[in-house]
Amino acid sequence: MEETEEEKKDEADYKRLHSFPLIRHSDMPEEMRVETMELCVTACEKFATNNESAAKMIKETMDKKFGSSWHVVIGEGFGFEITHEVKNLLYMFFGGSLAVCVWKCS
Amino acid sequence: ELKQEFTRTLTTGNPHTPRNIIRYSFKERAYKLVEHMDQTAIHFTLNGNLVHRDSDEGRRQSIRLSTDSGKAPVVEEEAPVEASAETSEEAEVKDEEHAGDTEGEGEAEKAETVEVTEAAEAEEPPPPKVPEKKLANQFNFIERASTTHQNPLREKGCQSDPAPFLNFSANVNQWDIYDAYVEELEKIEKAKEKEKSKPQAVKKEDKRSGRRFSYVEPQHGDSLSKISKAAKIAERMVNLNTFDDIAQDFKYFEDASDEFRGQEGTLLPLWKFQYDKTKKLAVTAISWNPKYTDLFAVGYGSYDFLKQGHGMLLLYTLKNPSFPEYVFSSESGVMCLDFNSEHPYLLAVGFYDGNVAIYNLKKAASQPSYKSCAKSGKHTEPVWQVKWQKDDMDNNSNFFSVSSDGRIVSWTLVKNELVHMDVIKLSAEGTEMQGPEGLQLQTLGCGTSFDFHKKIDYLFLVGTEEGKIYKCSKSYSSQFLDVFEAHHMAVDSISWSPFHLKVFISCSSDWTVKIWDHTIKTPMFVYDLNCPVGDVAWSPYSSTVFAAVTIDGKAHVFDLNINKHEALCTQLVVTRKKNKTTHIQFNPVYPVIIVGDEQGLITCLKLSPNLRKMPKEKKGQEMKKGPEVEMAKLEKLLSLVREPESKE
Repeated sequence: MEETEEEKKDEADYKRLHSFPLIRHSDMPEEMRVETMELCVTACEKFATNNESAAKMIKETMDKKFGSSWHVVIGEGFGFEITHEVKNLLYMFFGGSLAVCVWKCS
Repeated sequence: ELKQEFTRTLTTGNPHTPRNIIRYSFKERAYKLVEHMDQTAIHFTLNGNLVHRDSDEGRRQSIRLSTDSGKAPVVEEEAPVEASAETSEEAEVKDEEHAGDTEGEGEAEKAETVEVTEAAEAEEPPPPKVPEKKLANQFNFIERASTTHQNPLREKGCQSDPAPFLNFSANVNQWDIYDAYVEELEKIEKAKEKEKSKPQAVKKEDKRSGRRFSYVEPQHGDSLSKISKAAKIAERMVNLNTFDDIAQDFKYFEDASDEFRGQEGTLLPLWKFQYDKTKKLAVTAISWNPKYTDLFAVGYGSYDFLKQGHGMLLLYTLKNPSFPEYVFSSESGVMCLDFNSEHPYLLAVGFYDGNVAIYNLKKAASQPSYKSCAKSGKHTEPVWQVKWQKDDMDNNSNFFSVSSDGRIVSWTLVKNELVHMDVIKLSAEGTEMQGPEGLQLQTLGCGTSFDFHKKIDYLFLVGTEEGKIYKCSKSYSSQFLDVFEAHHMAVDSISWSPFHLKVFISCSSDWTVKIWDHTIKTPMFVYDLNCPVGDVAWSPYSSTVFAAVTIDGKAHVFDLNINKHEALCTQLVVTRKKNKTTHIQFNPVYPVIIVGDEQGLITCLKLSPNLRKMPKEKKGQEMKKGPEVEMAKLEKLLSLVREPESKE
């Protein structure tokens, strides 16, 4: 009993510690990156249970702000190979287990 | 020329079509040359109003006309009526009559008009009405028409550059995410440890921005450092290629003409080391690094009492003759330097203003790691020589310095500080003065050079400006073990023989080089070089070979085994007049010497084989190798000199 409680505490700690947004790879200019990252965090927090809606929100906002044809993928385990416009890619981790990839390609 | 024939060919192609239009093809994601261009050149276009009779529009119009045919006579008469609105009454009357006639006759007229309309249909419907109109008003109305000049239309196309694209791929796994977070946390912790006093930002946004900075920076640092290493290697390769022949000489060239020259040898000039900022400074000290035998340190300063400027310390390597490896600059001229044999990255330096400093080559700093200052006991006069000692009992490195202020000071590196201790005061004998209040003042002699015995740790020699050499011990601070009346002028350099335990050599501005046995008061050998001698050095490979430089730019190499009275080689080392050679050093491994001069130039010379002779093997005798042989050689020579003296 005690052990499982400890494990749960560890898990909670780990979630807390590891839940900050961590940019893995990005070639966006500074301002754009900041905005995009904050948008992703907001969307993921708002639609914590539904990745699709979070992705939808991100994509639509990006289209409005930065031009058409953005693509967004949110998930916990996937591999990808994409072609993106230069200086329009953001790939980040968030929430300890989510990975978000946002890129522009017309 | 007039009869030259020119051929002109008429082709069906349009000469104005561009032949090299490039369009971006999204399908192939590349720029492609458009090969087939339309050759039609349109010279004139006019939109006509002819409609084919069988087309939809034509059929519609014909149907419309046939329905209008019933109203046609009325229309026809009305038309002339309208057209001739301003005509005379006669016309009206005629028309009315016409109208009356036609109304009366009715069907017959209709049939006629139908025929008329049919005939009209056969032709184009609109035109027959128009000429009728025209005929009616031939005299009253003239039609004139004109069109404005229309600019010819030209087609122009343009395409913007396509946006650049890149591919990116990655794999997302839970463990990948976890690892990335752990790494990031470690980095943050390290940064926190370094700063310690930074308040922890609780808000997420602050954390994010902080992390972003720390994530971006290492990329820059890595790329620069990678380039620097590659650039260094490339620089050395380029230098090797440039100085290829010199490098070959250094390694392999042995002067063959030495066999014909009898006893004499030559010095083959190899590289010249120069640096812009040191062109006005004199070389004041040279020293080879004990561990890396191609690295040597050069100290720059000025011997001129009046012209004292800044100083520099450069480290060169034989692998890169065009630029020094390390450059340090200092406020005061560097007078002497020494490498620590146990820690070859520590360099002790003595300055003209009396300070001493230690440079740590491992740290990339432009300033010395430790420096003495006025309150930590620096000398009041220029420091002429520094020498490292073995690490003391606490494993602290320490070195000695000698200066014109008459003190020999031992500096110890204790916990990041230089602590000094006066070892000995050089009192000039026979010059005790009576000061006020009955004090006995002792004028201090000025020490100009010193050297420690290689084996006997406490024994060392000090040369002074008055020309005396004192044999001292570290344990006695006020008394000397012995005094040698060595020279008439200041002793510029003293050096114990690396092989023989009792022999040392000294040189002075009084034109002489003297070899001594420290047990005997008078010198063993005296060489008069006709010029003030700047520096003298023993060779590391033979106990009987040594070299000296004189101020007139010549280097002299002696081998006692071969010629006891004359130099084997006297060679002018520096080419410019008024350039004094100041220092000389043998490389511990290679048969090379470096000579420094007053204009900041270091010349590297190779010793020819005659100068490097080892004793010849005699048949049937085993050759003993090692320092014992050298010592025995020297001992033999010395005994020759000593015996006549002892007899006396």
